[in-house]
Amino acid sequence: MSTVLQVRGLSKSFGGIRAVRDVNFDLAEGEFLALIGPNGAGKTTCFNMLNGYLPPDEGTVSLGGQSLIGKPPRDIWRMGVGRTFQITSTFMSMTVVENVQMALISHHRRVFDLFSRATRLYVDEAMALLDLVSMRDQAGRACSELAYGDLKRLELAIALAHEPALLLMDEPTAGMAPSERVALMALTAEIVARGGVSVVFTEHDMDVVFAHAHRILVLNRGEIIAEGSGSDIRANPLVQEVYLGGGAVFETEASDA
Amino acid sequence: MGFYFAQLLTGLANASSLFLIASGLSIIFGVTRIVNFAHGSFYMLGAYLAYTLVTLWSGSVLGFWGGVVLAALVVGLIGLVVELTILRRIYHAPELFQLVATFGVVLIVQDAALAIWGAEDLLGPRAPGLDRAVRILGEPIPEYDLALIAIGPAVLAGIWLLFHKTRWGVLVRAATQDREMVGALGINQAWLFSAAFVLGSALAGLGGALQIPREAVSLQMDLSIIGEAFVVVVIGGMGSVSGAFVAAVLISVLNSFAILIFPQISIVLPFIVMAIVLIFRPYGILGKPGSEAGAPEAPEAPLTLMSPKAMMVMCAGLMALALSPLFTAEFTSVLLVDVMVATLFAVSLHFMMGIGGMVSFGHAAYFGVGAYAAALAVKFLGFGMLPAMAFGPLCAALAALFFGWFSVRLSGVYLAMLTLAAAQILWGVTFQWQDFTGGDDGILGVWPPGWASSDRVYFYIAFVLCVGGIWVMRRIAYSPFGYVLRGVRDSQTRAEAIGVDTRFHQWMGFVIAGAFAGLAGVVFAFSKGSVFPDSLGIALSIDGLIMVLLGGIHALAGPILGASAFVLIEDWVTRLDYWRFIFGTIILVVVLVAPDGIAGGIQRLWRIIKRGAA
Repeated sequence: MSTVLQVRGLSKSFGGIRAVRDVNFDLAEGEFLALIGPNGAGKTTCFNMLNGYLPPDEGTVSLGGQSLIGKPPRDIWRMGVGRTFQITSTFMSMTVVENVQMALISHHRRVFDLFSRATRLYVDEAMALLDLVSMRDQAGRACSELAYGDLKRLELAIALAHEPALLLMDEPTAGMAPSERVALMALTAEIVARGGVSVVFTEHDMDVVFAHAHRILVLNRGEIIAEGSGSDIRANPLVQEVYLGGGAVFETEASDA
Repeated sequence: MGFYFAQLLTGLANASSLFLIASGLSIIFGVTRIVNFAHGSFYMLGAYLAYTLVTLWSGSVLGFWGGVVLAALVVGLIGLVVELTILRRIYHAPELFQLVATFGVVLIVQDAALAIWGAEDLLGPRAPGLDRAVRILGEPIPEYDLALIAIGPAVLAGIWLLFHKTRWGVLVRAATQDREMVGALGINQAWLFSAAFVLGSALAGLGGALQIPREAVSLQMDLSIIGEAFVVVVIGGMGSVSGAFVAAVLISVLNSFAILIFPQISIVLPFIVMAIVLIFRPYGILGKPGSEAGAPEAPEAPLTLMSPKAMMVMCAGLMALALSPLFTAEFTSVLLVDVMVATLFAVSLHFMMGIGGMVSFGHAAYFGVGAYAAALAVKFLGFGMLPAMAFGPLCAALAALFFGWFSVRLSGVYLAMLTLAAAQILWGVTFQWQDFTGGDDGILGVWPPGWASSDRVYFYIAFVLCVGGIWVMRRIAYSPFGYVLRGVRDSQTRAEAIGVDTRFHQWMGFVIAGAFAGLAGVVFAFSKGSVFPDSLGIALSIDGLIMVLLGGIHALAGPILGASAFVLIEDWVTRLDYWRFIFGTIILVVVLVAPDGIAGGIQRLWRIIKRGAA
C-alpha cells in the first residue's frame, strides 16, 4: 500500500512548553489511524498542525508528496483533506442538504456564480452523500433543529463531499451518547472499508478506539510513546503507566464493549 | 514654545470633555452591548439643564457647580426612565435592534428640547471664579480649561475606584467580559444593566453640563458629538474606561496640533486615527477580544423560494407601482421614486448586514459616492445621464473595494465602526473640498436630459433601475455566491474548511452592496437635480439601518417593507409640527410591538389570524 500522509519531525512549543516534539508517522492508503493520549498530551496541537490552523516550529507534513506546511486550511481542503470538528460547525441557517451542497459548490469552484439557484445545484450528489450517512430522510430539515449526533453525521457527509484522500476527525464522538458513538464510528469504519479514504482521528473513548482503529499512536507530553494495534497498545506497560499509573483497566473497558 | 504649550493645554481640556461623554458610552456598551445613539442626546440634555439651573442660581460658585452636578443627576434619572421603559423590554431582541430604539429616543429628545428651550442657541454664563485667563509661558490660558484638565483625570480616578473597590464595580467589569457568565452566577442582570445605564447617562450629562461656559448650547449638539464619542470608545477599546481616556487625549492633542498645519483636518482626523488604530489593533488600544461577545442569536430559518401566493401579491404590487403614474398626481410619482431609491438602498444594506453578517454604520458612503460621481461626471466630464448612471455605481464599487479591504479584516461592532469612519472621512473630504465638490453648496444642475425630464418618464427610468437592481440582488441572494456569503456569516470555520476564502468572499459581498447603494445614489441625484454632502452623511446611514432593522433583518422582504414604511411615514409626519417627536414615537412603538421587525411582526400576526380562523 502506498503512503498517503507522511509526518516527519513535527514540533511545536508554546512559550516554554513543548507541546509536540519530534512526532513521526506515516499513514497508508485505506488506513484508520487513532491518535490517543491523556489530556494535554498534544493531540489537538498535532491535529491543528495537520490541518493548517497552526504552523509547526519544525518538521514536515506531506500529502501524496506535497507539503501542507504554511498552507491555509482552505488550500489543504482543496488538496483533498476533509475534516470534522470537535464542536460541530455547520451552516445553521441552511437545511441539511444545503450544507452538503455548499461543500459541493465549493468543490466544483462555483462559489462566485451569481445567477444560478444554489439549491438546484448538485442535489443528487448531495443526496447520495446523505444516504451514505443515513441522513436522507432529514435532508430538508433546518440544520438548527438537528440532534447533536445527527449534526456529527452531517459533518461527515460534508467532509466527504470532495472525495478526500484523507479525513481528519478531531474527537468525532465528543459530546455524544454511548450508542451514538459506536454507530458513528462503525459508519466511519464502513466508509474506510469501501476504499479511497484514509482517516486520522483523535479520541477519548477507548471502546471506540479499540473497536475500529487499524493502528493506534499514543501521545504523552508531546511525544509518541507507543504505536501499534489495539492489543499491542493494551499490553504496553508504558501506556498503562501514563493513563492509569499502572493497572489493567483497558481490558475491563474493552470487555464491556 | 509657549504657544505650543498653550495648544497642548487646549488639547487636554478638549480631551476631558470628550472623555466624560465617551466613558459613559463605553460603560453602557460594555455592560449592555447597546450601541447607544441616544448618548449624544443625554449630553445635549445635560447642557440644556445646566444652562437653566446655572442661570437660575447665577453668580455664585456653589450655584454653578451645584447646577452642573444636579444637571448630571437629572440626566442619569432620564437615562433610568429610558432604560426601564424601553430598553429593558427589548434586551432579547437581536443585538442591533436596540440601536433603532435609541435612535427613536434621539428624535424625541430633539423635539422635547426644541419645545422646552426653543430653537435659538443659548450662551451660558461663565464659571464664577474661573472666568479669566492666566498667563502660562506668556500665553493666555482660560482658567476654566485648567479646571477641565483636572476634572477629566479626577473622574477617571473616581470610576477606577468604583470599579475596583466596590462589589458593583467588580460586577460591571465582569459583565463587560462575559455577561452570560455573570448571569449564570446568579447576579440580577436587569439591575446591573439599569445601574450601568444610569451611570453612563449621568456621565454624558456631566460632560454636556461642563461645556456651557465653553460653547453655545444648541440642538445640534447631540449628533455632532456622537460620532466623535464612538470613535473615542472604539479607539480605546469597547468597555474600557481607561482606554477611552487614552483615546480622548490622543485624539484631542493630535487635533490641536494638526489644525496648525492643516486647518481643515479636524473633521476627519478622529476617523483617520480610528481607521489606523483598528487596522493594527482590531479591538482598540486597551480592548480585549472577549468584550465583543454578546448573547447568541437564534439561528435564522433557511431561505425558501416565494410561495405562489406571495409571488402573486408581489406581481400585483409591482403592476400597481408600474401603472401608478397613469392614475396618480405627479407628486405621487416623485414620492414613489423616493420610495424606490430608499428601498434599493435598504436592500443593498441588507445584503451586507443580513446576508453577509457585516453591519455597516456608514453605508451612505457608497450611496453618496455614486451620487457625487454621477454629478461630477456631468459637471466636469460632460457625461450624459445614462453614461453618468453607469459611472456612479462603478465609482461606488471602487470605493467599496478600497474601504471594504480594511473592513473585512474586522467583525461585529468594530467592523461597523470602521465603515462609519470610512463614511465620515468621505463626508469630511466632500464637505471641505469646495473647489471640486462645491462643499456645503453641493452640485446643482444634475437634471435628466429633455426626453427624460418629465416626472413620469423619470419615474419609469427609476422603476427599471431600482426594481431591476432589487431583482438582481435577490437573485444573487439565492445564488451560490449569496449562499456561501450566508455560510461565512453562519460559520467562518466551516466555510474555510470547505475551501472558501472567507475574507475575499466577504470583500466581494461588500463591493456588490456598495455598487447597488451607488446605483440608488445615482437615481436619487438625477431625481433631485442636485447632490449635497448629506447624501454621504451619518444621518442617511442611520436611516438605512432603521429601514433594514425595522423591516426585519432575517427576511429578504424586510428591507422592502422597512424602506417603504420609513419613507411614507416620514413624508407624512414631516409636514406636521414636532414631527421628530411623532416619528421617534412611531419607531419606538414598532420596536416594542415587533422586536423581530415589520416582516417578523406580520408573520406572527398572520399566524395568530390563521389560528383564530381555524
